[in-house]
Amino acid sequence: MTSPSNRKSNLRPDLALIADMIEPQTRVLDIGCGDGALLEYLQENKSVDARGVELSQIGVNASVARGLSVIQGDADTDLIDYPNDAFDYVVLSQTIQATRNPRQVLEELLRISHRAIVSLPNFGHWTVRTSLMFGGKMPVTKSLSDPWYSTPNIHFCTIRDFVDLCTDMESEIVQAYTLGRNGKTSAFSSKSMLTNFLGENAVFLLAR
Amino acid sequence: MPSNQTNKSTEKQSRHSLKGQKLALKQPLSLDGGGFLDPVTIGYQTYGTLNADKTNAILVCHALTLDQHAANEHPLNGRSGWWDHIIGPGKPIDTDKYYVICQNVIGGCLGTTGPAELNPKTNEPYALSFPIITIGDMVRAQAMALEQLGIDSLFSVIGGSMGGMQVLQWAVDYPGKVFSAIPIATAAQHSAQNIAFHEVGRQAITADPNWRGGAYLSEGVKPHKGLAVARMTAHITYLSEPALQQKFGRNLQDRDKLTFGFDADFQVESYLRHQGITFVDRFDANSYLYITRAMDYFDLAADHDSSLAEAFRNTKTRFCLVSFTSDWLYPTAESKAIVKALNAVAANVSFVEIESDKGHDTFLLDEPEMFATISGFLDSAARARGLEKRRSA
Repeated sequence: MTSPSNRKSNLRPDLALIADMIEPQTRVLDIGCGDGALLEYLQENKSVDARGVELSQIGVNASVARGLSVIQGDADTDLIDYPNDAFDYVVLSQTIQATRNPRQVLEELLRISHRAIVSLPNFGHWTVRTSLMFGGKMPVTKSLSDPWYSTPNIHFCTIRDFVDLCTDMESEIVQAYTLGRNGKTSAFSSKSMLTNFLGENAVFLLAR
Repeated sequence: MPSNQTNKSTEKQSRHSLKGQKLALKQPLSLDGGGFLDPVTIGYQTYGTLNADKTNAILVCHALTLDQHAANEHPLNGRSGWWDHIIGPGKPIDTDKYYVICQNVIGGCLGTTGPAELNPKTNEPYALSFPIITIGDMVRAQAMALEQLGIDSLFSVIGGSMGGMQVLQWAVDYPGKVFSAIPIATAAQHSAQNIAFHEVGRQAITADPNWRGGAYLSEGVKPHKGLAVARMTAHITYLSEPALQQKFGRNLQDRDKLTFGFDADFQVESYLRHQGITFVDRFDANSYLYITRAMDYFDLAADHDSSLAEAFRNTKTRFCLVSFTSDWLYPTAESKAIVKALNAVAANVSFVEIESDKGHDTFLLDEPEMFATISGFLDSAARARGLEKRRSA
């Protein structure tokens, strides 16, 4: 039954990390679910009641054809439709930096679900810092590949910025990991300056 | 217009003698408008085989002017079924896996009790003595028929347009019986524009001198012209401006230049006249009045404090909604309103908007993306219901 695409080794590294954080037989909403790779993995390997929201209609149609429960929607405007505590986990992977109102989106996530998993590109990564410092131009790196005028990423933050926002919102950081260039993951303490320098991407498990 | 060759006695009998399965409801049908309809005959067709657990039944609901002959040759005109490309072995609604039932709605004219049928009390066609019916009444009759057929629950209910309204009504009225639902190109309430178009159609019918206050069958005539105009108007709403332009443009019909008269100079006129003429041969004018009225009255939220979300509260049904970009009769916004209501009760819902320039009628066409959506959704629902394991065994 399990197709090659359903093996964890084929998931994007941050999605594989997220998959590990999710308990089996829970209700999961993946916002910005793309082609549904994480949902499909969770549905088939963890018996999760998996739902998705995706901005791109092409992504939605492909996901539904694969048997996933996905609708077209926008994290900024459509989360308000869901009732409180509708899910056990809400996942927002590589999407928060593309929302118009990241704080409001985070608040919505933690209203819909007790736990939220957020992955984001770290604008404090050394490649970004050196690119701006020595190049004098907006960084274009492997994980931030669009030029400034066409990037969908309108609200960049660093790991420390994000931790500050969580503190401000009084939401608990239950787990936090960074992902390096090689896909290597490591747990981190939110106070570490080095993490903010070396982590290209970060994944947070937040609780209300 | 075709000549009226059908005489009174053959007309009274003809629809009774049509090929197809039928059953008589054992109980009177209670109606939303008050009172009962009794007796009620249901014309239906089935495809595939019901499994031992009776868990693989799919009800397909037909649109306004269609009927139960979804995947077989039509008894009146010999044409293939209106969803022949979707229902069948190995097709999106796979009859190797599923048992498919399609019933003619009450008020219809292809075997189920409607205004053209004889009222047993008078031995004359019901005509306008037929009660006003609703989508809810149609669904209630379907549920009674299924119960008599020994089918207690449905693996899925699927339909487009008015069929989609029935799908939604099923999910709301019989939440425990509907495992999954696919409402296509539909809405939770009929819009003002849609009511307006229906009213034009009804006015065309009732303005035809042969309508005779609805009693045309008893008087041996038919309001062909009025019904054809109703169909022509409605047909335009099923298409789209680009589709009409692309198909016909300003092309002339079998002539090199304009005739400076009111003949069908343009291909699009000829096409519409053909649509009208072929329609009157297979559809009853009073059925058209009654069924369009049922659609106009459809408002799923109305019985739930005007809250569509309330209508769906606690639903366990898995939903998959489909809309088409060029459908201006049941635009995507209507489907999105249903999705929003389903999200508000954390229902399991998928929603696909399919790019098409062919308008509302896309749901009847060979649309690969719709096929992929239906089969992907059904496969997933089948796994959730434990139907797939049996298949591989």
